[in-house]
Amino acid sequence: MLKPLLTQWRTITLAMFGLVLLSACSKQNNQPFYQSGIIYCSESNPVTFNPQLDTSSTTADATSHQLYDRLLDFDPDTGRIVPSLASSWLVSDDGLTYAFQLERDVAFHSTPYFTPTRTLNADDIVFSMNRWLRADSPYHYVSGGRYPYFESLGLSDNIAAVERINGYRVEITLKRRDSSFLANLATDFSVILSEEYSEILRDKGVPNRIDQFPIGTGPFKFESYRKDHFIRYTRHEAYWRKLDTAQQLIFDITPRSSLRLAKLITGECDATAFPSQTELEQIRRRDDLLLAEKPGLNIGFWAFNTQRPPFDNPDVRRALAAAIDKNTLLEAVYFDSATRAKTLLPAASWAYQNDADDTAYNPVLARKLLADAGIPPDFTMTIWAMPVERAYNPNATKMAELIQRYLSDVGVNATIVSYDWATFRRHLQEGLHDSVLIGWSADNGDPDNFYRPLLSCGAIPSGTNRAMWCNEDYDRLLDRAIETEDIDERRVIYQQVNRLLYEKLPLVPIAHAYRYQAFRSELDGMAINPYGGVRFGGVSKVQ
Amino acid sequence: MIRILSRYGILFVLTLLVLSAMSFSLAYLFPGDVLENLTGITVENELQRAALMREYKLDRNVIIQFYHYLESLMTGDWGYSFSSGLSLRDEIGVALPATIELSAYAMLMALFIGIPLGYYAGIRCYSNSDHAINTMSIITYSFPVFWFALVLILIFSLQMDVSPLSGRISLLYDIQPTTGFILIDILLANDIDRSLAFKDAMSHLALPTFAIGAITTASMVRLTRRSVIDVKHKDYIAAARSRGLSGWQIFTRHVMRNALLSILPLVAIQITTLVTNAMIVETLFSWPGIGNWLIQAIYQRDYPALRVGMLAVSTLVITLTILIDLFNRIIDPSREKYERGTI
Repeated sequence: MLKPLLTQWRTITLAMFGLVLLSACSKQNNQPFYQSGIIYCSESNPVTFNPQLDTSSTTADATSHQLYDRLLDFDPDTGRIVPSLASSWLVSDDGLTYAFQLERDVAFHSTPYFTPTRTLNADDIVFSMNRWLRADSPYHYVSGGRYPYFESLGLSDNIAAVERINGYRVEITLKRRDSSFLANLATDFSVILSEEYSEILRDKGVPNRIDQFPIGTGPFKFESYRKDHFIRYTRHEAYWRKLDTAQQLIFDITPRSSLRLAKLITGECDATAFPSQTELEQIRRRDDLLLAEKPGLNIGFWAFNTQRPPFDNPDVRRALAAAIDKNTLLEAVYFDSATRAKTLLPAASWAYQNDADDTAYNPVLARKLLADAGIPPDFTMTIWAMPVERAYNPNATKMAELIQRYLSDVGVNATIVSYDWATFRRHLQEGLHDSVLIGWSADNGDPDNFYRPLLSCGAIPSGTNRAMWCNEDYDRLLDRAIETEDIDERRVIYQQVNRLLYEKLPLVPIAHAYRYQAFRSELDGMAINPYGGVRFGGVSKVQ
Repeated sequence: MIRILSRYGILFVLTLLVLSAMSFSLAYLFPGDVLENLTGITVENELQRAALMREYKLDRNVIIQFYHYLESLMTGDWGYSFSSGLSLRDEIGVALPATIELSAYAMLMALFIGIPLGYYAGIRCYSNSDHAINTMSIITYSFPVFWFALVLILIFSLQMDVSPLSGRISLLYDIQPTTGFILIDILLANDIDRSLAFKDAMSHLALPTFAIGAITTASMVRLTRRSVIDVKHKDYIAAARSRGLSGWQIFTRHVMRNALLSILPLVAIQITTLVTNAMIVETLFSWPGIGNWLIQAIYQRDYPALRVGMLAVSTLVITLTILIDLFNRIIDPSREKYERGTI
């Protein structure tokens, strides 16, 4: 009696359990609901929702092309400057006055926290630019008052005025000619905010909400954000450009690169940020995933702190550069997903110099130069390796270890130093390092965007000149280059700059990494943008 | 009965008091500023510091500070997180239910599968099916939970692609955390396709629940089996058999209840392991529960979060343990002679 009943019982239990498991496990991603939104697995939290305030690519990815528009844009294929909010523009003959004609009927986001009563006009442009430009703007000191991108380029010093001519016409006057000026207006950081919203917030006494509850004209509007979890955007129905855009855009914040890949495979993400070099093969092998690849506008380098002896001696720097074999670094760290860097500029830039001088691996020369410079045989130095993965240097610690080995061959002891990212950058700015492995992702294709922030004197306080190198000839050449509109003349000047850098060698250029973006094949309209952040306007899911 | 209840009540309060004293002392033991560890507010100037010191009674002696600490715990002012700047009460209010939910389903799975299987194995002890069940449970029991969860992810998510591997529900659903329990919140939500959302949440629940549940199930099987075998050899079973009761009657009238009595206290111990396992599995499945949250807090040296998070988790465990023990007392009068409450 007992036995058959129990057997039955067991069967029923097992069957029920199996049923529950099966029903739970069946996937229903083919339901139309799952086509309505795009999930992007991003690598970290944005610092703010206003890209004017931060240069990190995480912030730019999350906000710039999603929430906002700029006066101008880069064409992702050609890198040419194309109209955006400014439908056309005129440059005066002396190159000092720029007049922009604005698009009409550009609607701002209408959200539970703000309902716009007017469309975009010249006041918004003037407000947005004056925010970082003029210290007397009521919003200049809101949220910290630092605008690192504009500071590192010294833009504020060169703009005399931003004026409203009429409702749809803005005029910007410069003090000196600057042929890279238009390119700067097209970067991720030159976004246009709502002046009307700023007035309302100021009346309410909560101006800093402008950077936490953003209002822009972009293809998506802000809905909610939970740190370490997600950012939720919904489609801006009244977007001025007619694009086929998904109903929802969600940033799923997933710091671990392997987990991002796993989510991409299971379809929990539709696209991911920065797949790591070791994962690329895995993505290429799968039919349902696409890997977009473009030579990136970036540079990974090894910078010496030129304000500390003995690194203030160019011969010592040249000796250390000759001690390392860049090709091995490329293979071991980038898995051949990068090209060797000779100068600061990658091949994608128009000013790229194919026949530029490059340092060569020569330990004999290195030892000789070190001996001549009077460096004792067991000299010790530090190599700072940045603690985060970036396209331009996916594994700085590994690279530092390789360099450590090379340096021990020429009789230099190197110790590797690393802190968490915020502390690391703070100590770098204080100049506590001997040398550092770090890099730069450019924000536009203009060569000035590499040379000026990385090595000009003005970039030392803003913390982008990691070599702490200040050379008057160099700065003079850079200034001369942007004073002319003639591309060929600029190219010649940049060749002189390259020559100067090769002689002084404040930093050793190592690699220009390719930029990758992995996404599922269902995404339609997805394109990689070499000139800055990811764009989801015009991207939708198809079955 | 009232005596027992009051004894348990006092025990509960005293334990909580000790726990809060430990949590309070963490503010002093953690590196950094006591005021900041306690409030989670980064002090910007001396004026603000003085005001906060007064507000949190930090200028008074330790006893008054502790009294004030208890007061603010009661009123829900638990301080703010260093890393997110949000109220810790709100953060824990979202994270803790997620863990409880996961543990609850895993516990249900252990009870509804582990106990019947254990009975079956115990009744048919030393038969082939008993050996099979026993072997399975020993193998499952010996799996480290993090390894088991990873294997499940590898097989069901990455190879077979039948189950998602992270979160509680697809992010496309915007579900307000009213109760914190996802299945209930889905039922309360208005403007969504509930059955679709429900299925989605179930598919997210399946793997983590199974990963935690399997190990608890295995130990339930073993506990039940042992208990049934013990009961089977008791004299009253022999007496019942000699009275001519059928196997089924013996099982329902004698074996089932008596075996259960010795299992129930052990269930309480299982709960602690279960919650710990849930916290480990959460990080693997990116489940937004308290375990995941505490690990983030450790990474980011978020001392206020650690202080309150520890207190919340230990309170949860203590509460459950005491409740189950109390329950045991109520259903098992033979334990009347032990008058003191136990944990």
